[in-house]
Amino acid sequence: MSTQLSTQANRQSAEALARSKGEPDWLVELRGEAAELAGTIEWPKPEKVRIERWNLTAIGNYEQPKEAGAVSELPEVVRGLVAEGTENLLIQRNSGAVWKQTSSELAAKGVIFTDLETACREHGDLVQPYLFQAIAKDEDKLTALNAALWNGGVFVYVPKNVEVELPLQAILYNDNPEATFAPHILIVADSNSRVTYVDCAVSDPGAAAGPFVHPSIVEVFVKPGALVRFGSIHSMGETGVDMTIRRAVVENDGRVEWIIGDLNDGNTLSDTKSVLKGQGSTSDTKVISVGMNSQQNSLTTQAVHFGKSSDSNMVTRAVMKDSASAIINGITKIEHGATKANGVQTEKVLMLSPKARGDANPILLIDEDDVTAGHAASVGQVNPEQVYYLMSRGISKQDAERLIIYGFLAPVVSEIPVEAVRGQLQRLLERKLEG
Amino acid sequence: MATQFVIDGLKASIDGKEILKGINLEIKGGEIHAIMGPNGTGKSTLASALMGHPKYEVTEGSAQLNGEDLLEMEVDERARAGLFLAMQYPSEIPGVTNSDFLRSALNARRGEGNEISLIKFIRQMEGKMKDLEMNPEFAHRYLNEGFSGGEKKRNEILQMMLLDPKIVVLDEIDSGLDIDALRIVSNGVNAMRSEDRGFLIITHYQRLLNYIKPDFVHVMMQGRIVKSGGPELAERLENEGYDWVKEELGIVDETVGQA
Ligand SMILES: Nc1ncnc2c1ncn2[C@@H]1O[C@H](COP(=O)(O)OP(=O)(O)OP(=O)(O)O)[C@@H](O)[C@H]1O
Ligand SMILES: [Mg+2]
Repeated sequence: MSTQLSTQANRQSAEALARSKGEPDWLVELRGEAAELAGTIEWPKPEKVRIERWNLTAIGNYEQPKEAGAVSELPEVVRGLVAEGTENLLIQRNSGAVWKQTSSELAAKGVIFTDLETACREHGDLVQPYLFQAIAKDEDKLTALNAALWNGGVFVYVPKNVEVELPLQAILYNDNPEATFAPHILIVADSNSRVTYVDCAVSDPGAAAGPFVHPSIVEVFVKPGALVRFGSIHSMGETGVDMTIRRAVVENDGRVEWIIGDLNDGNTLSDTKSVLKGQGSTSDTKVISVGMNSQQNSLTTQAVHFGKSSDSNMVTRAVMKDSASAIINGITKIEHGATKANGVQTEKVLMLSPKARGDANPILLIDEDDVTAGHAASVGQVNPEQVYYLMSRGISKQDAERLIIYGFLAPVVSEIPVEAVRGQLQRLLERKLEG
Repeated sequence: MATQFVIDGLKASIDGKEILKGINLEIKGGEIHAIMGPNGTGKSTLASALMGHPKYEVTEGSAQLNGEDLLEMEVDERARAGLFLAMQYPSEIPGVTNSDFLRSALNARRGEGNEISLIKFIRQMEGKMKDLEMNPEFAHRYLNEGFSGGEKKRNEILQMMLLDPKIVVLDEIDSGLDIDALRIVSNGVNAMRSEDRGFLIITHYQRLLNYIKPDFVHVMMQGRIVKSGGPELAERLENEGYDWVKEELGIVDETVGQA
């Protein structure tokens, strides 16, 4: 399987590509090392899902991005996602950024919101200390591959004490399965800052279909007292494989909030982790997923507590149709010394067909006595008592089930921070649930 | 047409066990019937069988509302035909707000193309909630989730008031209500009394019947109506219990489906 990998990700070609893009030496070197690693180390091994059986070879070739003249020129699937009147928007098409706009207010406050390639060239001193520090490039083949090949991407830097009122929005889309589509998103929120970031990763249903892989990494650094709200919806087509690893490192009294909608039509590996390093650091993670056809989903949420009085909450809800499957893992790890930590997790799967499969694996790993932790997990079908109750008020069976299914997903849907994205999520849910 | 509800020879079983052993009852618009009876005698089973709970299998008999056999219909059709059941144990539905639910129910009742406008709906809902002295916050809470026993009962009555049914079955609507709530809920029911609406009130206590005066009182034992009378029957039961009825009828074990 690695024939294509070794041609695409070998040291020379990765370095040559990096140089041709004018990347700084440190990055060229990082890519070279990673490319070599990618040829030797293994894919990640999530519980009960054999991702090595997925089509992971379609990594494609770098496609030189062409700047878009206007948002109106972009495909319908992208335009529909753009928040009305948005001032801070970044769009990646296939291998690179094609649209960027930031408000003057943001720039005046010293906030940086640009594609990661540009950030590496123009703000290397800010990027280098963080890039591949939350996630190491040598963790597995996926992280190495992203390190070697990542393109476009997003960089957000919010200086100390700066509060960014309006959400920053990124749209990452693929309309050429032959192109490498491997974003890397890096967010650094300095002490006591606040920011909301929302992105959508989509593929254009109007474009020619073909197998593609989306190896993506998100790293978030939350400095003391800072707050980062991170919302993300993935809705790529059936021929795509989405592998996205997200990780936040949270310092004293910092907080990260993850709101993730995994709504791809293809196989999906999604792993979202908060490392609660600081005292009083907190994390809230909400994930929803809808699976259809024979789609496989591996959905993992993790919280690792180092800080005293750190707090984590993780909720994953998945609705599986047809013969789709969801393996949901929740891992709460409390390290020795993290006294008064509290970690709670819930995983729930609703199966809408007898062939659908759901599996919830809550895991608590606790090395400290003075903590509280809890988990709840359930896998089941739509509750007939609830359907009966709604029907007894005149609501048809179909509508009753709809209400219950949407209600099941509501705790996450209602939290999506950008109105346009929330509306889009609703439409995506309707398409997947009722299509 | 004046409402007429006729239950004829209704038998029902659960898991193959016969619980209802032939119920006959006729309720006309404007009438209030009360059903009393010891625990486990089939009162809720009657309510569930009428509504069409999937666990209960009707094996014999009919239940006609204005000439239409309800038992031939799906649960939602029965509701739209005008049957309403305030349940003894209403379900909790997480993620569905009370107001979204109420609006769906109301629109289902009104039919496609005749949906109520949002403004009008909110005005109606808020008006009724006020009558029931419900905190407006309950409109935005998830349906029955975390509601106290009494709050659930009030919410059942709110639904009844909005849906304007022809036949109302109240299954222990008074259980879990405090003294003030009992009065408020009773006022709600009394306000709904009308010539074209009939009520079947299942209760254990005379107390509710002090507020909602019944025209007829029935006693249920062993899955049958074993005795019927006027309001004075309820008073006697309250004072003397059920032993005299059992004695009169030679009943030793009044429950059903236990053996
Ligand atoms: N789902 C069920 N599974 C098994 N048995 C049931 C079920 N529902 C009812 N029964 C049995 O049927 C009998 C009648 O129950 P029902 O709930 O109708 O009584 P009730 O008269 O309403 O009692 P209460 O006054 O306590 O509410 C009881 O013995 C009960 O255990
Ligand atoms: Mg009962």
